[in-house]
Amino acid sequence: MSSAVLVLVETDAHRVTETSLETLTFARDLVKRRDGAQSHALLVGPVDADLRATALSQLADQGVDVVHVAQHDGLSAYSAASWATAVVAAAAASSAAVVLAPGTPRGSEIMAHVAARLDTAMAANVVAVGEVDPLVVSRQVMGGAVLELMRLTGRPAVLTVAGHAVEPASADHSTQPEVNELQMDLLETDLLGRVVRVEASELDDTAALTGARVVIGAGRGAGSANGFDGLLELTRLLGGALGVSRVVTGLGWRPHHEQVGQTGTRITPDIYIACGISGAIQHWAGCQGAKTILAINTDRDAPMVTRAHYAVIGDLHEIVPAVNEELQRRMG
Amino acid sequence: MVNVMVCIKRVPETSGQILLSDDAQSIDARHVGYTLSSHEECAVELAIQIAKATDGESTVLTVGSQDAVEQVRNALAVGCSAAVLVEADPAAYGPADVAQAIAQVVRAREAAGTSYDVILVGNDAADTGDFQVGVRLAYALGRPVLTGISTVEMSGDTAIAKGKGPEGTEVFEIPLPVVIAIQEGGIEPRYPSIPGRMKAKRIPIDTVSSPIEPAGTGRVRLELPPAQPSVVEVLGEGPEAAPAVVELLYRLGVVTK
Ligand SMILES: Cc1cc2nc3c(=O)[nH]c(=O)nc-3n(C[C@H](O)[C@H](O)[C@H](O)COP(=O)(O)OP(=O)(O)OC[C@H]3O[C@@H](n4cnc5c(N)ncnc54)[C@H](O)[C@@H]3O)c2cc1C
Repeated sequence: MSSAVLVLVETDAHRVTETSLETLTFARDLVKRRDGAQSHALLVGPVDADLRATALSQLADQGVDVVHVAQHDGLSAYSAASWATAVVAAAAASSAAVVLAPGTPRGSEIMAHVAARLDTAMAANVVAVGEVDPLVVSRQVMGGAVLELMRLTGRPAVLTVAGHAVEPASADHSTQPEVNELQMDLLETDLLGRVVRVEASELDDTAALTGARVVIGAGRGAGSANGFDGLLELTRLLGGALGVSRVVTGLGWRPHHEQVGQTGTRITPDIYIACGISGAIQHWAGCQGAKTILAINTDRDAPMVTRAHYAVIGDLHEIVPAVNEELQRRMG
Repeated sequence: MVNVMVCIKRVPETSGQILLSDDAQSIDARHVGYTLSSHEECAVELAIQIAKATDGESTVLTVGSQDAVEQVRNALAVGCSAAVLVEADPAAYGPADVAQAIAQVVRAREAAGTSYDVILVGNDAADTGDFQVGVRLAYALGRPVLTGISTVEMSGDTAIAKGKGPEGTEVFEIPLPVVIAIQEGGIEPRYPSIPGRMKAKRIPIDTVSSPIEPAGTGRVRLELPPAQPSVVEVLGEGPEAAPAVVELLYRLGVVTK
């Protein structure tokens, strides 16, 4: 019996997501290191013809050998339990030794169901594989400030891959994946936790934060709920999004959906301009995906400053308006 | 009447530099103290609100050492009406063990006549970040489960729960009894008052020994990521640095006009 490494692939309306490509890249290394293992992927849910074609070519580019496609009337709306049923079916069909998903909220949720059903251990937010047999992985704990080496003896091993653990890359040789239309039965109980509707609300603004190329960060240094004028002006001038620390949301200065960090949003902008933020580890957990960090802070020794790429030392209430003025001058 | 149980975990209160114990098996938190994850602070608040709105009880439970009494008392001080400490060495308990221990305690208490219609947990612990205790607990009890939820309201025998999804706020309508993993964001936790603390002192904490043999965490050891040398380039001090900042924004291609 050959063994397989199975990846649960997430898609948006058009294609396989970036975090899924990272997970596939991560899984390929595992396949290489397990002699004779096959690379399997699973697509779940409403997948129309266009999405299917795009996804299959992306998975071919990732060197996947077999793509399981789970389509079922019960998969028209998301529920973690029914997605987990698909994963368990695909794991059985492929006799998977390792099952992986991206470390997104849904990826983590579905894998927890899979691990509970298969009564096997799960490692969340894995960043690297140490030994392959028995499997030892390195994963983020303490919001990414500490790594835990964890041994997974159960089979299959279940894990989620932390965002940015690897850069997504194509396989050396692309494949022509075999497609397996997955047979599965959903139980009534699988559907109890399904999404009954999606509401547009202020929570949606997080999407703006997640996708923003420019994020202006604000912390306790803003001083009060009225201390955001200059910061909001800078955000507007740069066409970015405002992100804040938990002190700011905790004091009620700004709404929670703007919070960046371990218990807020994880951002990946081209530049993060962190103003009056000390750079606690829980905040880093959310902003370490920024390409460039510019810190504006009165304290030269604040972790936000020492770990940034660039810094300006001083009072944000003087610096930010000056930057705005200079920007307006140059932008004409 | 909806009886709510909320499960909490004592975690190190680290925001700065982290120290590991000599054997690299744990975080050395002697100098920083302990706290609750913000997800669980919200879960505690929600438990109190649901119980109050339905004339039910809100019971706080933790699996941990005697030290965790500090966090349990805080939950009582903000309004939980009963408390259970499942005594165990938390370092020996993996997420599956914690779920099994809670499930057995719940079953035993339900057999004795107390029901828990809603069991709330934090979405992921601030320290170990396992993302699975709630789901495993639900499977152990044969109940449905939701994760990543920020608000919950009761409508008869149904919980109406909302959480952030990829396309907006997702709404769930799920029958009781249920397990729900709470995420910070929809609920303002309250802070204990002095009378609240006094009252909490009089509520007994029901201490039971762990009903299970833990299978363990799989932890080999902890490691600190290699320290990154500071590469920061200080562009200047005060407002005089504004032109240098703007120059940088153009150089990075963030401003194109
Ligand atoms: C379980 C847990 C989860 C958490 N999750 C999160 C999370 O998701 N996100 C998050 O952000 N935090 C989180 N925290 C909180 C975190 O530990 C810090 O307390 C928080 O990030 C600090 O916010 P801050 O930087 O705004 O405030 P502070 O740490 O008080 O820092 C303020 C900074 O502003 C500077 N400053 C002051 N005045 C000025 C001025 N006029 N001009 C310029 N600079 C100035 C100071 O030098 C200082 O560096 C969490 C904590 C725990 C325990």
